[in-house]
Amino acid sequence: MVDAALLAQHAVNALMLGIMYALVAVGFTLFFGVLDVIKFSHGDVLTVGAFTGLTVWLALVAVDLATPWLAVALLVLVPALATALLGALIGRFVVLPLKGAPPLNVLLATLMCGTILREAIRLFYPGGANPKPFPALLPTTAYQLGNLNLRLDSVLLFLTGVAIVVALHLVINRTRLGLAIRAVAQDAEIARVMGIDHVRTVLITFAIGSALAAVAGIMHGLYYNEINFSMGLLLGVIGFSSAVVGGLGNVYGAILGGFLFAFLQTLGAMAMPFASAYRDVFAFAVVIAIMAVRPTGLIAERGVERA
Amino acid sequence: MMDATVRTGRPPRLPVLAHGIAATVLVGLYVTLFLEAESQSAVLGLLAVGAAAAVVAARSGVGTRVIEVLEHHPVAMGLLAAVLVLMETWLFAERHFVLLMITTYLLYVTVGLGLTIQFGYAGTLNFAGASFYGVGSYTAAVLTAVPGFPPLLAIPAGGLVAAVCGSLLVAPVLRTRGHYAAVVSIAFALLFKTFLEVNEVLGGPQGLLVGSLSVAGYDFAAPLRPWPGTEWSFYVHHVLAALLLALFAYAVARRIEHSWLGLAMDAVRMDEIAAACFGVGIERTKVVAFVWGNMLIGMAGALYATMVGFIAPNNFTFADSLIFLSILLLGGLGSRPGLLVAAAVVVFLPEKLQLIQEYRFLLFSALVLVMLMFRPEGLVPRPPRGYPGGGGGP
Repeated sequence: MVDAALLAQHAVNALMLGIMYALVAVGFTLFFGVLDVIKFSHGDVLTVGAFTGLTVWLALVAVDLATPWLAVALLVLVPALATALLGALIGRFVVLPLKGAPPLNVLLATLMCGTILREAIRLFYPGGANPKPFPALLPTTAYQLGNLNLRLDSVLLFLTGVAIVVALHLVINRTRLGLAIRAVAQDAEIARVMGIDHVRTVLITFAIGSALAAVAGIMHGLYYNEINFSMGLLLGVIGFSSAVVGGLGNVYGAILGGFLFAFLQTLGAMAMPFASAYRDVFAFAVVIAIMAVRPTGLIAERGVERA
Repeated sequence: MMDATVRTGRPPRLPVLAHGIAATVLVGLYVTLFLEAESQSAVLGLLAVGAAAAVVAARSGVGTRVIEVLEHHPVAMGLLAAVLVLMETWLFAERHFVLLMITTYLLYVTVGLGLTIQFGYAGTLNFAGASFYGVGSYTAAVLTAVPGFPPLLAIPAGGLVAAVCGSLLVAPVLRTRGHYAAVVSIAFALLFKTFLEVNEVLGGPQGLLVGSLSVAGYDFAAPLRPWPGTEWSFYVHHVLAALLLALFAYAVARRIEHSWLGLAMDAVRMDEIAAACFGVGIERTKVVAFVWGNMLIGMAGALYATMVGFIAPNNFTFADSLIFLSILLLGGLGSRPGLLVAAAVVVFLPEKLQLIQEYRFLLFSALVLVMLMFRPEGLVPRPPRGYPGGGGGP
C-alpha cells in the first residue's frame, strides 16, 4: 500500500517539474508553428537565462540592494528580456537565412549554436565549469496538510508558471499579435499577402518563446538552488520530447506533453524506489515507445505531409 | 601563333594512377611533418600551407582528379593508403601518443562511414552515434572478461550487439521522419548514458576494465619486438587492427553506394514518396542502412575499448555524438573523401594545437555552423551520382 502522503508529495513534485517542462516545450512548439523548424539552441538559451539571473543577483548583492521582492522581479525580468533578444538574434541570423535549406540543417545549425552558448558559459563565465549555487529568494514557509509538507515557494513557482501559460494563451487567442502568429503558422504565404510582416512576427515569436525559457530556467534555479552550464541540454531535450509527444505546433499539446513527461519521470521514480535514477531511462523509453505508436505525437500534426 | 596555342592549350594528362601516387606521397610527407611538428608556430605554419594547398588543388582541378582516382581505383588506392599508414606507423613506432592519434583517426573514420551510410545515403539521422560506439565498447568489456572467449571475436560481436540494439530503435525510426526521428535517437542517447550511470552490473559511473586483444596467445597490449634490441609501442597492433577495420568500412560504404541499394538509399533520402512510387522498399532500405551503420560503429567501439583498456559512461556522451556528426557535415554529407579530410581535422588539430585544446567543442561547433550557413555541401562535396553508360557525374 503506497502511503497517501507520499503519493501526494510525488504529485506535487511532478506538477512542479511539469510546469517547467511545459514552459520549455511551448517554446519549441511556437517556433515550429511559425517556421516549421526546430530551434535546438532553446535549452541553452534557458541556461543563458539562468546565468543572467545569477549575475543580476550578484550585482544586486554588490550594490547592497538585495531585498527579496525587488530581486525576484529583476531576476525574472532581466533574464527574460536578455533571452528574448538572444532568441530573436538567433532567429534573425541563423534560422531565417537557412529558410530554403533542408529542415534538418536548421536543426543541426541551431544545435551547434546551442553548443556554442553552452561552451561559452563553461569557458568564459567565472567558474562556469562548476555548478553554481542559486539564491533561495522565495519564502520557504512550510504548510502541513495532514502528512503532506507543502512549501510556499513551490506553490508560488507553480502559480507563476500557470499564470504565464494563461497569459500566453490570452496573447495568442485575444490579441492582434496572436492573430498574426496564428496566421503565419497556418499559412505564411497568405499571411504575407494579407499584410502581416513575416520577419517581424517570426522574430517576436522567437523572443516570446525564449523569454519563456528564461523563466523556466530561473524557476529551475529557485527550486533546486543550483544551476550549471549543461542544465539546458537535458531540459531542452525533455522540452523537445514533450513538444514532440504532444504534437509539434500545438501549444496545448506541448503543455500536455510537459506534464506527461514529468509524471512519467515521477512514476519511474515511484515504481523503482530502489533505483530512482532509472526515472529518466523509463521516461525516455516511454517517449520512444509513444513515437513508435503515434509517429507525429499524441495530438497529431495537421496534415502529415507538409509541402 | 597557332602552334603556341596548341602547345599551351592543355598539359598532357598524367596517367590516372600517377595522380593517386603523387597525392599519397604529398599527403604522407605533410602528415609526417605535421605529426613531427612540436612548436605551435610550426603547427600553425603547416596549417597555413595545408589550407593553401587545398585551395590550389580545388581551383586547379587536381583535387577533383584525385577524388576520381579514389573512386575508380579503390584497390590500388586502398593499398596506397595502407602503405601510407604503415609508413607513418613505422616512423613513429616508439611514440605512444602519435600512434594513439592515428588509431583514433582510423576509428573515427570507421564511425563516420557508418553514419554516412545511415545519414549521408539513406537520410536517417542518428544522434546516438556515441551510444552505439558505447554499446560496442561495453560488449567488448563484458566479453573479454569471459574466460576462454577468443578476444578477437569481441570486435565483430561488438558490431553485432550494436546492430541488434539499433534494431530495437528500428520501429520508431521507420515510422517517424525528420524532427520526429531526431527525437527518437536523442532520447536513446540520453537513455543509454543514464542507464550506464545507474547500472551497477556495468560498473556504474566508474566504468569497466577491458581485457586486451590477443591472437593465439599473442598479446596486443604487450610491446612489439620486431627484432632484438628494438621495442615498438603496443599501439602498433591497434593501428594495424584499426587500419583493417577502416579499410573494411570504406569498402562496405563504397560497395553500398555503387550498388542498387545505394541508389535506393539516395532515392529514399531525397523523396520517400517518389521512391515508393518507383517500387523502392522504403522500410527495407532504411533498415539495411541503419543496421550496417550501427554494425560499423559498434565494431569501432569494441576496438577502441580493447585499446584503451578502460571505459566509462562519460566517454559516450551526446557531445561525442555531435562531434561524429560534425565530421560528416564538415567533410560533406555522403562524401567519403570529405570524411577522410574532416576526421583528420577533428582528431589531429586539437591534439597538436594546444592553443585550441580547451576550446575545441566551441570551435568545431562554430566551424560547423559557418559551414551549414555558407557552404552546406561541405569541404569536399559529394559528386553527383554517375550512371553506367549514361551521363551524370564521374
